[in-house]
Amino acid sequence: MNIQQNTVSENNFEQCIKCTICTVYCPVAAVNPDYPGPKQAGPDGERLRLKKPDFYDSALKYCLNCKRCEVACPSNVRIGDIIQAARIKYGPQRNTSLRNFVLSNTDLVGSLATPLAPIVNTAVALKPVRMVMDKVMAIDHRRIFPKYAHGTFTTWYRKHAAAQQAAYPKQVAYFHGCYVNYNNPQLGKDLLRIMNALGYGVQLLDKEKCCGVALISNGLYKQAKRQAEVNMASIRTAVNGRRLDVITTSSTCTFTLRDEYPHLLQLENEDVRDRIELATRYLYRLIRENGAKLKFREDAAPLRVAYHTPCHMEKMGWEYYSIELLRMIPGVEVTVLDSQCCGIAGTYGFKKENYATSQAIGEPLFRQIEASGADLVATDCETCKWQIEMSTSKPCEHPLHILASRLA
Amino acid sequence: MNNTYDVIIIGGGATGAGIARDCSLRGIKALLLERSDISTGATGRNHGLLHSGARYAVTDHESAQECIRENMILRRIAAHCVEETDGLFITLPEDSLEYQSVFVEACRKAGIRADVIDPEEAIRLEPSVNRTLIGAVRVPDGAIDPFRLTSSNILDAKTHGAEIHTYTEVTELLREQNRIIGVKAYNHHTKEEERYYAQVVINAGGIWGHGIAAKAGITVNMLPAKGALLIFGHRVNHMVLNRCRKPADADILVPGDTISLIGTTSSKVPFDQVDNMVVTPDEVDLLLREGEKLSPQLAQTRILRAYAGVRPLVASDDDPSGRTVSRGIVLLDHATRDGIEGFITITGGKLMTYRLMAEWATDLVCKKLSIDKKCQTAEIPLPGSAESREEVDKKLHGKPVVQRRSTIARHGALAVEIEGNDSYKNSLVCECEEVSIGEIEYAMEHLAVNNLVDLRRRTRVGMGTCQGELCACRAAGLMGRKDPVCARKAKADLANFLNERWKGMAPIAWGDTLRESEYTTWIYEGVCGLSDQEVITEKTAAK
Repeated sequence: MNIQQNTVSENNFEQCIKCTICTVYCPVAAVNPDYPGPKQAGPDGERLRLKKPDFYDSALKYCLNCKRCEVACPSNVRIGDIIQAARIKYGPQRNTSLRNFVLSNTDLVGSLATPLAPIVNTAVALKPVRMVMDKVMAIDHRRIFPKYAHGTFTTWYRKHAAAQQAAYPKQVAYFHGCYVNYNNPQLGKDLLRIMNALGYGVQLLDKEKCCGVALISNGLYKQAKRQAEVNMASIRTAVNGRRLDVITTSSTCTFTLRDEYPHLLQLENEDVRDRIELATRYLYRLIRENGAKLKFREDAAPLRVAYHTPCHMEKMGWEYYSIELLRMIPGVEVTVLDSQCCGIAGTYGFKKENYATSQAIGEPLFRQIEASGADLVATDCETCKWQIEMSTSKPCEHPLHILASRLA
Repeated sequence: MNNTYDVIIIGGGATGAGIARDCSLRGIKALLLERSDISTGATGRNHGLLHSGARYAVTDHESAQECIRENMILRRIAAHCVEETDGLFITLPEDSLEYQSVFVEACRKAGIRADVIDPEEAIRLEPSVNRTLIGAVRVPDGAIDPFRLTSSNILDAKTHGAEIHTYTEVTELLREQNRIIGVKAYNHHTKEEERYYAQVVINAGGIWGHGIAAKAGITVNMLPAKGALLIFGHRVNHMVLNRCRKPADADILVPGDTISLIGTTSSKVPFDQVDNMVVTPDEVDLLLREGEKLSPQLAQTRILRAYAGVRPLVASDDDPSGRTVSRGIVLLDHATRDGIEGFITITGGKLMTYRLMAEWATDLVCKKLSIDKKCQTAEIPLPGSAESREEVDKKLHGKPVVQRRSTIARHGALAVEIEGNDSYKNSLVCECEEVSIGEIEYAMEHLAVNNLVDLRRRTRVGMGTCQGELCACRAAGLMGRKDPVCARKAKADLANFLNERWKGMAPIAWGDTLRESEYTTWIYEGVCGLSDQEVITEKTAAK
């Protein structure tokens, strides 16, 4: 008889034994009493929602989707996924607020903003403009916007880099993400410089859309899925057709492509998932496992770097690679900050109703950064960078930017 | 102390509670005596199925008619205890479709709406159903919560003057010549003997009614039939699922509150075992094997507990299994039957017909006492059912949504009585079932709670996935705050509660349920220091 031989059901929440460790590790539950915490919002709530969908609690919107609950869970419950899936299934189905649209459509807003970058950057830095955005769109006036670049990374790449890439003996594909494209093309250029130095040409995907993380957290699931499908098709062409690994410089983009697509958007990626890599991990392995060598400047001034582990980095368990990569750079002294959420969580911290929570979550990290004596903070996540730069006195850079700047 | 009443009702199941309500609504001074807590016998140990009567339509026309009439009445008077889910009678490839037409015909004859629907439509309505089904009939089955139902009857009876004494066990029927004039009872709290007198004593003791009648030298020929059930951790189905065939084992899957229930088995048990119901491994296997046929995903769903009740069937023929015995109501006037005045027995029947049983019994009491009052229990809603859930919901807007919905599901309109204006009162005691401090305090104040197990029956504390892991100690703390008892007694109550939870988990203790129970053991033995209590020895013994 084969009765209950395999009791692991699709309802992963059944594995929860209510130890409540997730709630202890939840950055939101610690500072916002309106959020019931991951155990309550996740496994407990799911059981009640299965009874009747009207047990859906709108307080689930306070979840940052940081997945620190999943990292903490000893029973392997995908708590964060349960909460996000519940928002998709039971939450408001039409989310058309202007603010959420603007914040989550990073591609559209980015392409509109970059040609007018000097004007846009000046405007959003003005206090009256920020007050208007606060009142009209509920984007908190205290939040400092990331600057737009004047001209996108892809434009630069096509004009100045594409032609040379074929000359390198090995090739890799690069998922640059919106941040590199619209805000920080320099990081993309840094990556090219490093990869080229190792003998790798960098190619772009046939078609790249925003990974969709902001769309998911703002309830625009259909659009997220459409974009995800475009990305998966491009990644498959790169991996299967062009025989390329796909690397990214953003920890959250990587996490979204690898894990959120199958878990939240029901988009299978098992065939290519292992080929989607974070650039720092890819580089670390090239250097440590394949003996690739980088030549560094010997004359660079000593630099004290404090590494901040972004939440999705923690979830992937890959912060080690970025930290070790930094440690390979001569003259760089690395300290590792406690792994804790900085509070911004993508678009979350931009919203007026979340601003206080966002800053309260980040407070212990900010204090630790100030006390660290570091010259600068390094992290693999762009929104963590914005939050740290806005909330502390230190600049914050991507590990690859630091590395590239010290190449011989 | 005035210890004279018009009637004494023995037994605090649904029937006894229903009689207490019916009597008090007709102005009859009633005393209800229950040896334990209310709804501890078969009332609290069944499917919680709001039968449409369809199950009995083919084999027992009369019971089927009673069921559908009571079904419609309960939807009105006990709305807050009822979930109108509807049910499906499915035909699987191994069953004959011929039975379906016999079944539908019999349902219609009994006045039960029975719509034959397409198997695909059945899958659409109830996605958890076995997809190999070849036929389906939709009937007005539903779910009913027996604890709430009994508690509401008790509440209303008390409001109208009835007295309810739980933990008071009748030890003797006081007899004067050929007349029962009262009872002698043992109060388990005060450890004292008490005497009560009444013109009529009603035996509503369910299967224990056999022994009560015996105290008057009367034999009521009952057949104790054990029925075992399994509780799954969450709702698998949203409609009641039945097999469309002659009633058999494990062929009903009922969605009840936050969980689903599969049952039942049916086996004869000796009278000396009715207080010692243990679910056997064979019964668990049978329930799962048959249950999977109704809904294949039961094979992967976590099981919370197993439990068994004893049906108080009254023998009318000599079928030893008890399956074909009539489920009909049996009202015995022992004056005419046995020559003993002032004593009646109401038995047989089902949870579904508790109200009708109460009506019959009270009618007989009225006849005996020459009271000319009509039964009103079919018209007057029970406390909690006077307003719709939606209306109550509007009044409670300040409470967190999940807690609000849970509280309303449990207490209906009475949910407004629960304090919940501050974060302390809204703090959760039971996280699985969303029971707040306010709700616990309300139950302790108004719903006659004597211990943690009683509290569970009133509020669902400890009925969720964690089975008391997080809530038992919190609830124990609140109990102690209200009614300070010595530490030893409080610990014993906590140990007893946890043992009772473990008893239900032991027959199905594997996988995550076992893991969770080990964690619970660690909390209570390691953190709370219950290790010197009997909880350990009993738990090891059960393992």
